[in-house]
Amino acid sequence: MMDPLLKVENLRIELSTRAGVAPVIDDLSFELGHNESISFVGESGCGKSMTALAIMGLLPEGIGKVAAGKIIFDGEDLTQASESRLRDLRGNDISMIFQEPMTSLNPVYTVGEQIAEVLREHQKLSKTAAHNAAIELLDAVRIPNPKGRVNDYPFQMSGGQRQRVMIAIALACKPKILIADEPTTALDVTVQAQIFDLLRDLRAQTGTSIIMITHDMGAVAEMAERMIVMYAGRKAEEGDVRQVIEHARHPYTKGLISCVPHIMADPTLEREELTEIPGIVPGLAEFGQDRCLFAARCNMVVDKCLGARPHEVGFPNGQNAACWRAEEV
Amino acid sequence: MSDQMTEPTIKAQSPLSEAWDMFKRNHAAMAGLVVLIFIVFGAIFGPYLYPGQPFEMVWAPFSPPGVDGFLLGTDYLGRDLLAQIIHGARVTLLIGLSAAIVTVVIGVTIGALAGFYRGMVEEALMRFTEFFQVLPTLLFSMVIVALFGASLPMITFAIGIVSWTAVARITRSEFLRIRELEYVMASRASGASGLKLMFRVILPNALPPIIVQSALMVGSAILFEAGLSFLGLTDPNVISWGQVIGSNRQYILESSFTVTIPGLAIFITVLAISLVGDGLNDALNPKLRQR
Amino acid sequence: MDLVRSVATRLFYAIILLLAVLVLNFSLIHMAPGDVADTIAQSMGGADAEILDQIRVDYGLDQPFIVQLGSYMGRVLRFDLGYSYFYQMPVTDLILQRVPATLLLVFTAQILALLIGVMLGVISARKPNGILSHFVTFFALFGYAAPVFWTGILLLIGFSLKIQWFPVAGMRDVTLIGGFWVHFWDVVRHLVLPVIALSSIFFALYSRLSRATMMETLGSDYVRTAKAKGLPIRSVVYKHALKNALSPVITLAGLQFSAVVSGAVLVETVFAWPGLGTLAFQSIIARDTPTILGILFFSALMVIVGNLLTDFALRAVDPRMRARG
Repeated sequence: MMDPLLKVENLRIELSTRAGVAPVIDDLSFELGHNESISFVGESGCGKSMTALAIMGLLPEGIGKVAAGKIIFDGEDLTQASESRLRDLRGNDISMIFQEPMTSLNPVYTVGEQIAEVLREHQKLSKTAAHNAAIELLDAVRIPNPKGRVNDYPFQMSGGQRQRVMIAIALACKPKILIADEPTTALDVTVQAQIFDLLRDLRAQTGTSIIMITHDMGAVAEMAERMIVMYAGRKAEEGDVRQVIEHARHPYTKGLISCVPHIMADPTLEREELTEIPGIVPGLAEFGQDRCLFAARCNMVVDKCLGARPHEVGFPNGQNAACWRAEEV
Repeated sequence: MSDQMTEPTIKAQSPLSEAWDMFKRNHAAMAGLVVLIFIVFGAIFGPYLYPGQPFEMVWAPFSPPGVDGFLLGTDYLGRDLLAQIIHGARVTLLIGLSAAIVTVVIGVTIGALAGFYRGMVEEALMRFTEFFQVLPTLLFSMVIVALFGASLPMITFAIGIVSWTAVARITRSEFLRIRELEYVMASRASGASGLKLMFRVILPNALPPIIVQSALMVGSAILFEAGLSFLGLTDPNVISWGQVIGSNRQYILESSFTVTIPGLAIFITVLAISLVGDGLNDALNPKLRQR
Repeated sequence: MDLVRSVATRLFYAIILLLAVLVLNFSLIHMAPGDVADTIAQSMGGADAEILDQIRVDYGLDQPFIVQLGSYMGRVLRFDLGYSYFYQMPVTDLILQRVPATLLLVFTAQILALLIGVMLGVISARKPNGILSHFVTFFALFGYAAPVFWTGILLLIGFSLKIQWFPVAGMRDVTLIGGFWVHFWDVVRHLVLPVIALSSIFFALYSRLSRATMMETLGSDYVRTAKAKGLPIRSVVYKHALKNALSPVITLAGLQFSAVVSGAVLVETVFAWPGLGTLAFQSIIARDTPTILGILFFSALMVIVGNLLTDFALRAVDPRMRARG
């Protein structure tokens, strides 16, 4: 079996806040295989975006840093890589698209130029070659009349079109991994569906692995094969998307899924009442403690949960969950 | 390590004392404030504490500072420089303050009317403002003073009439912004009329940037007055710092301190005002406040 | 066509503005006590009432105000700004003689302030707590708070009198003989101190503003995207961030033109620079009305042209401005 494309081991990311140092990601381990699509799910503040930034080496300077652990991409530990090596990889082998298409493109340059410059930088294409490749890429992301629009400025395009341009930029150099951080949150529902279709098709063509970060369970069901549920900087559960939705092994996951009834496996089953998970996510100051951080909101809490951080419990189908009572969930 | 969510205790503070706290934390601004208080104090009480007269010839010209018992020396006519500085402070501050008041009154009125009434009124007032923006300020004031006499009120007017455009712009943009906010809509819905709405509801909320700009206007009015008096376009019976520089200018070969010292006085005063203005900006600007 | 239309609108508007300035200035001077006849009489060494009346008729000073205004405006449109009795030459010629010197001073100062100010702002934006950044803050305060004529005098004392690197006054050394380059460098030598004095005020403003806008731009989403593309830092800062940070600075520079002209008057006086500033001062003292009017008109013209140039610069930098027309 091939080595995984990306292997994250015991990653710990610390943020310096005014109140001190907090572990926004606390001992996270996971793997991403070739041509695999996984999703990081969780509420705001659980650290999922930080993981992505850490992989890219784009943690905010002076504020965030990788305190421990390894990020091994294709056999190379990125936490030890030099800045210029990381620049080689960014946009080239590992790409990222962001949540706000309205502000993520530079307003004073044409979309064609913003696509072409990635090609010129990494693939050393000439100006003309890059320009033509940009037109082709616009076509690939289904922008109508690509030749006419390649010299448009971002303000002349809609949000959905801008996000497509971002995807074009990200996939221009045929990266091995595409990280998509909440790619459709800022878009209309109909546009969301189009973007997901586009991403799925492109992935089928290029074989790029995708890490999608989202808080939307529906998006997970659409796009991912495997999902990793994050809570307060820790992995709560991991497993195949269908299997997790059918039978979650962590109380938090169960709560998340029951909030989104339309992804339930069997729509004919009588639906339980819409539940919400009581309480709120813990603040950064409470991260990193040696107990289950979900305990305050959990309906299955016992004394053990408050005493020590839960270990990961593995299941035969490949799922694992970090809960003292995982078998009973 | 509690499982319960604790209610954070919120200390209620009036916006004014919050702003003052913020201001206090800015060391440069506090230093500026102290210097300013000292200068104002010197201007008001100086003439009573120090008997020297600015126009009285008391010694040989160009006596260097400290040499003949005069702390700052004497100017080209043998007059006491320290006395000139002390008396000049009064004029400088007086004109600076009054010109700033004229500027702010004109600017706020025009800006408020433009921002509130929109439409044709706004267009007309904005064209009017642009027109004044295009006028070369110093030249125009020079002409006014030269033609209509160099009395203190005329100088104040001449400075004010060309400086108000910045205040008008800021006032207008604040009014435009606040006008659309919900509590203003609510006031209008309950029947509040134009003038009352403008002055009771909108203006108090538009004050922070206007206050900051007004503070800076005092500084620029002082610089303006210094320029006019440097050129000799000032009341000859009144001594002002710029005038001292201007009249001693031809003699810099013989002595430089007669121009350096008054200039330093202007510099320190305007610097103090700028620092206070910056401090006010940080203290009153809601974006920078940590809530 | 879009470009032509907006240029035409701007030009049209500028002309209206200019005419308005003319009317204002003419009215202002008309309101002042005394009139041209008195000035002329003074320069003739005094005249009795009969001759004064004759002068008034000759120059149409007995006509109603509107007629006088109309005929003045008519003459201006034919580039005739009147005749100066003090200088004994047509005002238009007088002004055109002095304009190049002032333009040289004003434009050099603005451009220098912009270039250096922006450069320093960009560099200190990347290390907001570094030494350079503190220098920028300090220098900015000094440049703003020090009266420009005082700065000029200090420079004179320091670099012309104490250390004799630069000449004391004027624009050139009239005794110098030589070809183009000899004179060129001579003017440059004379230009150095006045330009430094004049630009110090604006350099302060531009460096502080560009540092602030650069910091904001460097924290923006599109810069994050540029970094995520793996572009070299040089490209991220100078290509992506800077172009966006320039717009507010250019806008500010445009607003400052009137202040630059004012500053030039003072600097020219200090350095005896043979430009419009010194002419203005002299003619105001001499109550030479036609010249005063002409200078006011001309300096307003300079400011308006400056504003137009700023508009065009903004459009070049920010494509969104082009769409707005």
